[in-house]
Amino acid sequence: MQSLFLLEQVVNGLVLGGYYLLIALGLSLIFSVGGVVNLAHGAFYALGAYLSLEIARFVGFGPAVVLSPVAVALLGILFERFILRRFYAADPILSLLVTFGLALVAEQAIRMIWGAAPLPATMPQALKGNVMAGDFLFSRYRLLLLAIVAAILAGIWLLLNRTSFGRVVRAGIQRPDMVAALGIRLQPYMTAIVMLGVGLAALGGALFAPIVIVHPAMGAEIITVAFVVVVIGGLGSFWGVVLAALLVGVVRGVTIHFAPAAGEASMYVLMFLVLMFRPRGLLGERIEKFE
Amino acid sequence: MTTRRRLLKASAAAAAALGFPAIVRAQSDKIKIGHLTPLTGFLGALGEYAVMGLKIAIDEINKGGGVMGRQLDVMSEDSVNPATAATKAQRMLDQDRVALLMGEINSASAKTIMQVAAREKRLFLQVGARSDVLRGADCNRYTFHVDIPVTVMVNAEGQALLRDGLIKGKKIFCLTSDYLFGHDLAKAAKAFIAANGGSVIGDELTATDVADFSPYLLKIRQAKPDMVATNLGGNQVTNFVKQYAEFGLPYAVAGFNLNTADAWAAGEGNLSGVWPTVWHHEIDTPGSKAFVAEFRKRYGKPPENHAWIEYVSLHILARAINETKSTDTEKLIAFFEKQPQFDLLKPRKGYFRSWDHQMMQEAYTFTVKPKGQAKDKWDTLQFGPAVPAANQPLELLATTKEQNTCKM
Repeated sequence: MQSLFLLEQVVNGLVLGGYYLLIALGLSLIFSVGGVVNLAHGAFYALGAYLSLEIARFVGFGPAVVLSPVAVALLGILFERFILRRFYAADPILSLLVTFGLALVAEQAIRMIWGAAPLPATMPQALKGNVMAGDFLFSRYRLLLLAIVAAILAGIWLLLNRTSFGRVVRAGIQRPDMVAALGIRLQPYMTAIVMLGVGLAALGGALFAPIVIVHPAMGAEIITVAFVVVVIGGLGSFWGVVLAALLVGVVRGVTIHFAPAAGEASMYVLMFLVLMFRPRGLLGERIEKFE
Repeated sequence: MTTRRRLLKASAAAAAALGFPAIVRAQSDKIKIGHLTPLTGFLGALGEYAVMGLKIAIDEINKGGGVMGRQLDVMSEDSVNPATAATKAQRMLDQDRVALLMGEINSASAKTIMQVAAREKRLFLQVGARSDVLRGADCNRYTFHVDIPVTVMVNAEGQALLRDGLIKGKKIFCLTSDYLFGHDLAKAAKAFIAANGGSVIGDELTATDVADFSPYLLKIRQAKPDMVATNLGGNQVTNFVKQYAEFGLPYAVAGFNLNTADAWAAGEGNLSGVWPTVWHHEIDTPGSKAFVAEFRKRYGKPPENHAWIEYVSLHILARAINETKSTDTEKLIAFFEKQPQFDLLKPRKGYFRSWDHQMMQEAYTFTVKPKGQAKDKWDTLQFGPAVPAANQPLELLATTKEQNTCKM
């Protein structure tokens, strides 16, 4: 019976990993292509949640989950063109500082617009409740989330590996100088990647709003986890991030099963161990421009 | 003669400026008060309400001519965490020359500020932190506590649970916030459950920054309790009840702590069960009605309990300074220890118990209105009558001298 409970925690951890993946994937993409650790990523997640609540008041939950990320992705154009673009070639410390500052400004802006008090958010009644598979209990809503994440994952993989857009992006990660030599401007691709990344973060915010508390600091809370996932997975590796997100979810679930007080610390211990043995992360590639 | 007088004057001025800066500053026309409360983190939303309520009290007092004819100057800052709270309290006393300290919601930060107050022998009006140990083992004579302590919350909530048949002979699963307040709450809750014939079949610690409760929910289902009792702090309760509704578990839920702001944030259909509180915006007294009306006018929403408690706390402090005609800590302590009655905007007045400096006052419990009965998003809670009842002593739910280890 004990091992069955443990297995249930492992499966639940995989579902939770999907939740982390949505945020970490965009962070990883922006880092891989632009070389910028976007510490403002969490702000787009929070904005996605808040906008979805505002939009849902007019058109309902479903359309809001689609429209909010689109709106944030459009904001991402401005973010890339006027802020991020200036820092691709610069000292990484500058981009860290500017995105960190932006995260603080965004959090305070949310506090000024919507207040520090958390906003009520709820899902349609039909999505609440659980689904039993054998003796395993699943939240119906999270299974839906997992399906959405899987579809997005497949879509992004196809985009990166089966389209000319993806070829340029992948080449841009490894050899931006060669891409330039071939007469291709990387900038429009970078704009698209940032739109995709922050849009995914906003989608995460919109989808999680009914199950986690919607408050100004929600972005700061998620960025830490997303960053840990990217570091564990390894930079520039699509499957590394997927693997790391699932691993973090499972390790957290199993830790809470045995030692609940250590649950939130478990992911940092995992990161520590991974970096000790694999400094580039689980599936991290050697990327010349970062060496 | 003139030179001697001039010399005396000059040396007196020099002595005042060098040796007695506090006295010089005290003669300035404003009374400075240092206020600390969490404005970020898992208690930040409550801190925002606290500052909102405090501002109304400041304006009322200053428009009414101030205290002893002098205006109040309250400097309010984010206490951030226990270490920063103590540093800021020390700085406010040393550099900003505040006469007194007040504030807090976080029990761990309140504890470190209390240590500063005791070291500097300066009054700290501890407004909103609820841990028992603050007015128990860790109590000191410089600190007075306005909010109800954990024991009162547990006893108020526990009476409601006993009435609903959720304790006696029942299996209860606890979830506890892993910091001073949570541990304290769990201790009192478990003692109550044991004393009333219930059994605690599980108690899990959760970090204060837990966003996802799903592994805990699975453990609850494995344990199959009759009731889940939460000892969580701040917005953790909101996260928990949202996800509890998401997973659709069948067991009853109740908790020994929930602030109204966090209850409002739960979202429709997510919150259930019985919860304790210290004040609510529907209390039918002229004072509460006037405060709620003013708050709504200013901020466009009703106040929650932390807004109320800051409001009454500053009024309590103002009255104490007025009546003692002093901001001197010793005189204020002596005034409070005489147990004067304070208007708390509730039906019954309250007083600081002289031997543990705890405000004795009424508490309340609330449930959630059935679907479709709420007039607006602020009208989702159904408040019960005051406990103790009007014919019972105010100290009924508080710790007794035998239970409380406070030594001053």
